[in-house]
Amino acid sequence: MTVADIVKELGLKVFSGEDNLHANVAGGYVSDLLSDVMGNAAEGMIWITLQTHRNVTAVASLKDLAAIILVKGLVPDNDMADQAAREGIPVLGTGMQAFDVAGKLHNLLNRE
Amino acid sequence: MYFEYEIEGGNFSRAGYASSEVKKRLRQLNVDMKVIKRVVVALYEAEVNVVAHAWRGKMRVDIDRDRIRLEIDDEGPGIPDIDKAMEEGYSTATPEVREMGFGAGMGLPNIKKNVDKLNITSEVGQGTKVEMVTYL
Repeated sequence: MTVADIVKELGLKVFSGEDNLHANVAGGYVSDLLSDVMGNAAEGMIWITLQTHRNVTAVASLKDLAAIILVKGLVPDNDMADQAAREGIPVLGTGMQAFDVAGKLHNLLNRE
Repeated sequence: MYFEYEIEGGNFSRAGYASSEVKKRLRQLNVDMKVIKRVVVALYEAEVNVVAHAWRGKMRVDIDRDRIRLEIDDEGPGIPDIDKAMEEGYSTATPEVREMGFGAGMGLPNIKKNVDKLNITSEVGQGTKVEMVTYL
């Protein structure tokens, strides 16, 4: 399942990286601690978080994550959106809280 | 092959820049992706430590046929108790830094897990040197 499929299925907003939604999604990781993601997330995962600053993009890029989902209607800070656009990292958004969006993503990925 | 990058203390908008440059260089040099993934975790954590705690620092990377040597050297407050700093969950980061999702006390443990050799030396009021080796 690609990032684009997930955007469609979950009705996510695309804040940046709209040209890079073709990546296959390997799984998900939910955390608001950057070192936790750095140490434990794996390539191709979607990162679900409430952090909206540009260091999130830096971590996602270093870890080759497939996309970032911002929860609870949060929007990326300007410099996060700019950097994500430059690096082609999809930053997505949802009104759902982390538990709900993680549950739905989990179901989608398990359905495959 | 040797290259180095400057790290600016306190400037979180640049945090990760040096690590990202090193990642690109290692890819160009066709270093094994598994090795790059581990090295990048250690480098990023060490870089963020300089940004969060020190005034300025340098990242030095030296690669030869069988190993990568990484050194992050900073001018900063130093670490009074390195054993304590290595403990999972221990952090001296400010509330502002923690709010961004840093300062969870996972940085040095992450470094340790992702390199083959780690040596930290520090002088309080002077700075800290983190030396890491990964075998290829």
